[in-house]
Amino acid sequence: MTQEFILETRGLTKQFRGFTAVDDVNLQVREGHIHALIGPNGAGKTTVFNLLTKFLPPTRGEILYRDKPITGMKANEIARMGLVRSFQISAVFAHMTALENVRVALQRPIGTSFHFWKSERTLEHLNERAIELLDEVGLRDYADVLTMEMPYGRKRALEVATTLAMNPTLMLLDEPTQGMGAEDVDRIVELIRRVAKGRTVLMVEHNLSVVSRLCDRITVLARGAVLAEGDYETVSADPQVREAYMGSEAAIEEARA
Amino acid sequence: MATTQTLTPSMKRERRASLRRNVFYLVLIAIGLVAPFVAYPVFLMKVLCFALFACAFNLLLGYAGLLSFGHAAFLATGGYVTGYLLASYPALTPELGMLIGTAAAVVLGAIFGALSIRRQGIYFAMVTLALAQLVFFFYIQAPFTGGEDGLHGVPRGHLLGIVDLRSNLAMYYFVFAVFLFGFALIQRTVHSPFGQVLKAIRENEPRAVSLGYNVDAYKLVAFILSAGLAGLAGSTKTVVFQLASLTDAHWHMSGEVILMTLLGGVGTLFGPVVGAGLVVSLQHLLAQSPLGNWVGPILGVIFVICVLSFRSGIVGEAMKMYRKNFK
Repeated sequence: MTQEFILETRGLTKQFRGFTAVDDVNLQVREGHIHALIGPNGAGKTTVFNLLTKFLPPTRGEILYRDKPITGMKANEIARMGLVRSFQISAVFAHMTALENVRVALQRPIGTSFHFWKSERTLEHLNERAIELLDEVGLRDYADVLTMEMPYGRKRALEVATTLAMNPTLMLLDEPTQGMGAEDVDRIVELIRRVAKGRTVLMVEHNLSVVSRLCDRITVLARGAVLAEGDYETVSADPQVREAYMGSEAAIEEARA
Repeated sequence: MATTQTLTPSMKRERRASLRRNVFYLVLIAIGLVAPFVAYPVFLMKVLCFALFACAFNLLLGYAGLLSFGHAAFLATGGYVTGYLLASYPALTPELGMLIGTAAAVVLGAIFGALSIRRQGIYFAMVTLALAQLVFFFYIQAPFTGGEDGLHGVPRGHLLGIVDLRSNLAMYYFVFAVFLFGFALIQRTVHSPFGQVLKAIRENEPRAVSLGYNVDAYKLVAFILSAGLAGLAGSTKTVVFQLASLTDAHWHMSGEVILMTLLGGVGTLFGPVVGAGLVVSLQHLLAQSPLGNWVGPILGVIFVICVLSFRSGIVGEAMKMYRKNFK
């Protein structure tokens, strides 16, 4: 079963002063899938996410990327391996233009990022590639705009372009549609579908309609543990999941319709 | 497009602006060259030394977002090391003494940085303050600093063994050249590939991490650069005034450089220069007036007014006004 799973966790556990936020989670993400991590509030989704991206150290357990343990690695190191994350609140560099945002992601591999004696004009050969990436997310016309002046939905698209600049094999998206209006949600769903081709995506998502439209496989977390796993049909029919989501059952029905 | 590089309209505008900026720099350099014939050179040299010190501090606070409360340690280290060497070894030329003094500040900066850089916000300020106090007490006790009396009679010597620096005019031009070097280095650093990463880290650190950057390493390099330039300012000051004293190592000095930078405009290239000029001038004017004992309170009031009414400092506010009215 080697190479089948691009990302795997074994007995992943995180405790905060005796409180177990994540309890013995065994997660398997298949190469090429769009995999969703869902669950009611406080289920530990964001904690799992932060463990996977190394923003938090686990108390116990192992994380494997292509069968190689990455448990002890640093956040910036796994980013270089192609596991690139996004953030719940749009993570952009506000006082830089859209183009500069993308260029920051492109400049690291050329190896001059510590060169404080060189002009930033030495980075201009990256502009063309940066504009291509902006074009890919429909932001070509924004290349020159300061990010802080862009509307929210566009900032999220810019974040995707910046992430793509890293040429990720596995994209980890933390609630990519959070705080968006319906129109923006549709645009981002389309965007994710498009950029996920040839890649693997693991996303935390609240919006079940997004999950049902996009995801190949779903893991449901509740109280820090895996409650159910499968495709949308399987998971949404699971009585335990329905119970965990009690009150938001209507949301499931709505998404199905 | 004919060129191999793609430039957006804002970059083309930036190119034109940078041309205008170069003209502006040339005018300022011309003023600097004429200045000693208009004003007292020793006073100007003091302004330049503190301006360089404040610029070095601003590189860290304004461009890396790190508030150090221990920069006096670097100023003093540059000063003491240079002063001690020049006083003890008459054969040593002043520029070599200053080079070694600056190198000492760089080493100290690497040590401070390694110990403090992982801390965030107020904890970072506290660690740097504690380390600087440690250095202060070391300089009180160390035999080579002259303790409370300070280190006196440092010879100015001959620059490269040729130019006699006992002449204030010659000394002034040397100090001016050192200042220009420091300023140019900071300007370049801010507008370099490194500067871009630094800006990204300041804007959103977790995002910079997720793009693969080892942010602590970048902050450390910025810290060492800043410490080295502060040390260069201290070395230069010691040669100019022929003395190094505990005043430079005291935490008051760390506070004063924060005041200068905020007053002039943090995160602007010229802000610290204006701030340093203002503070040094006020100290100079008030010391001669009957209000001499009130330097501290008066500066305090000005600082409070500044922080409350124009937060981005003199240069910062002026730039805002310029953008509003001329663009």
